[in-house]
Amino acid sequence: MDVTLRGVLPDRELLRFYEQMVLCREFEEACAEQYAKGQITGFLHLYSGQEAVAVGATAGLHRDDYILSAYREHAQAIVRGAEPKRVMAELFGRATGVCKGKGGSMHLFDPTLNFMGGYAIVGGQFPVAVGLAFAAKYRGETRLAACFFGDGAVNQGNFHEGLNWSRLWELPVLFVCENNFYGIGTEVHRSSAVPDIHKRTCGYDIPSEKVDGMDVVAVYQAVKRAADWVREHGRPYLIEAVTYRFRGHSMADPAKYRSPAEHEIWKARDPIPNFGRRLVAEGVASQGQLDGIGEKARSLVAEAVTFAEESPWPADDEVYEDIYV
Amino acid sequence: MPEMTYRDALNLALKEEMRHDPSVVVWGEDVALYEGSFKVTRGLLAEFGEERVRDTPISENTIVGVAVGAAMGGLRPVAELMTVNFALLAMDQIINHMAKARSMFGGQTTIPMTVRMPGGGGSQLAAQHSQSLETYFMHCPGLRVAYPATPADAKGLLKTAIRDNNPTIFLEHELLYNSKGEVPEDPEFLVPFGRAAVMREGRDVTLVAYARMSILALQAAADLEKEGISCEVIDLRTLAPLDTETFVASARKTGRAVVVEECWETAGLGGEIAYRIHRGCFDALLAPVQRVAGLDVPMPYSRQLERLCIPRPETIITAVRDVVSGRY
Ligand SMILES: Cc1ncc(C[n+]2csc(CCOP(=O)(O)OP(=O)(O)O)c2C)c(N)n1
Ligand SMILES: [Mg+2]
Repeated sequence: MDVTLRGVLPDRELLRFYEQMVLCREFEEACAEQYAKGQITGFLHLYSGQEAVAVGATAGLHRDDYILSAYREHAQAIVRGAEPKRVMAELFGRATGVCKGKGGSMHLFDPTLNFMGGYAIVGGQFPVAVGLAFAAKYRGETRLAACFFGDGAVNQGNFHEGLNWSRLWELPVLFVCENNFYGIGTEVHRSSAVPDIHKRTCGYDIPSEKVDGMDVVAVYQAVKRAADWVREHGRPYLIEAVTYRFRGHSMADPAKYRSPAEHEIWKARDPIPNFGRRLVAEGVASQGQLDGIGEKARSLVAEAVTFAEESPWPADDEVYEDIYV
Repeated sequence: MPEMTYRDALNLALKEEMRHDPSVVVWGEDVALYEGSFKVTRGLLAEFGEERVRDTPISENTIVGVAVGAAMGGLRPVAELMTVNFALLAMDQIINHMAKARSMFGGQTTIPMTVRMPGGGGSQLAAQHSQSLETYFMHCPGLRVAYPATPADAKGLLKTAIRDNNPTIFLEHELLYNSKGEVPEDPEFLVPFGRAAVMREGRDVTLVAYARMSILALQAAADLEKEGISCEVIDLRTLAPLDTETFVASARKTGRAVVVEECWETAGLGGEIAYRIHRGCFDALLAPVQRVAGLDVPMPYSRQLERLCIPRPETIITAVRDVVSGRY
């Protein structure tokens, strides 16, 4: 922590990081409550603990850069600009949701935000990201495709084929691995011959680096640098953000495979209070200001829940809509 | 006979076969330490150890392909794919390798392996996680396909699959794992492939179904009995081989048939069964064979829409009433 925050970004940007991380955390915790009440059904994978990655990385990208992710993607969609109330309505399966209630938690999508989807087939997003990058290059656009994925996804052929292809065709893809050390109950060293994920690009001549995924500013700086590099060279790059999910894999998982001691170590590294303390210590914000941000986030999330509850269900006829154009 | 769940019956089958034959090995994503996403492999690691019960990377095509090689090399692998949806990433090994090796190499090898996979819809898991792909597998020569409806069949069919020298796709319905029934304790209890079960006898209509659809057909039959319609319910047990004889004989007896299938209707297995019934007893039919199938749409998440996409007892009842009253 040798850098001072103010040396990196103006106060209002730093506060925005804090605000976004808090909003994501509050949103996820509200989802857990609504799931317990039976309002949200199906699979629900929460992002709590990983907020610094979505917030830092999104800030390091341009607004027209594409973002793709897996099924743990509420935060990425919200940080990119999706309205929390429309995301919550999607999770409630209501007609007002971002995908009209058809996608649910794992399949958020909003092309107006260049948020190109949550994918629930592990590794399914790799080739799609490569294809978006190809389209951008072909059309002479300057945007890149940022492809988020977990540590578990790197053993799919799609990962390796996507790396090779993006390098071979010289495509602007920024691969961002959120290494939270587990794919469901399997720890990364039990599934990967080379558990240092950033090292796995060497066979494809793709530069890569590892960053502290619990430090929002570090993620921001790494992604910004990498994204600029991708744009300048028109070639792929990979960032491994080391992070941790505070909850189980999904709501169905009590996460008994992790020791309480391990959990405690990571809890102490919670990206939100730690960043808050830095903001106060460096005089960017007062504790009162931070508390106010928390309040605001909670009321925004409460509004989202009310909006979702009060939203109509999709009409039966909707079942045949949107399949063909 | 003890009562147990479908899940526990499968678990017992795995344990018995692993005790019975040291060449039986189990692998898949999260099957060992985590004891399976649906806990079907609970206790296996503890009893049989890391050599025989192994967690794999998330690499479906390789999970199946390594099993093909191991089977060729003298083992009897039981691979688990976390759900049938991920079998789509393994289709190359399943269709091009597992199903083909024996015939393509002139009968010089056998592939005695089983791939277990939970499937089916109804839990709001949306388009990529709610599929019923049984037709995909039964379409391919060289594969056996089992899909049990009851705990007893779950045990007996899985044991047969593991002992069988043909490659078997073993489907399990996610919504049946907690269903209960009596299960024989005998470690030699096997349910043969290609023999459908007459779950309920009846006079007026034959319902041909499998897996969870058989359970729904039974519920519909119980309600229809109250209005004086007597249904015979045939549970297929295995989709390949398909016990044509049993359902044709039943349709010949009742003169009417409704096929209930969870998969998409277009080109779904119900079309094949309807064809076989028409072929087998056209002269005895009082009505064309009807189908109750999954809606031809990608599964929507919202429960309000999802409910329209999967056969329900009510939709089966309507189809039966129609076929009995000549409204088709
Ligand atoms: C092709 C495929 N195989 C298996 C699954 C089941 N599954 C869902 S998430 C997951 C673990 C993925 O772990 P990781 O990539 O590390 O992401 P995380 O959940 O940690 O965010 C598995 C095995 C799936 N959805 N798709
Ligand atoms: Mg992970």
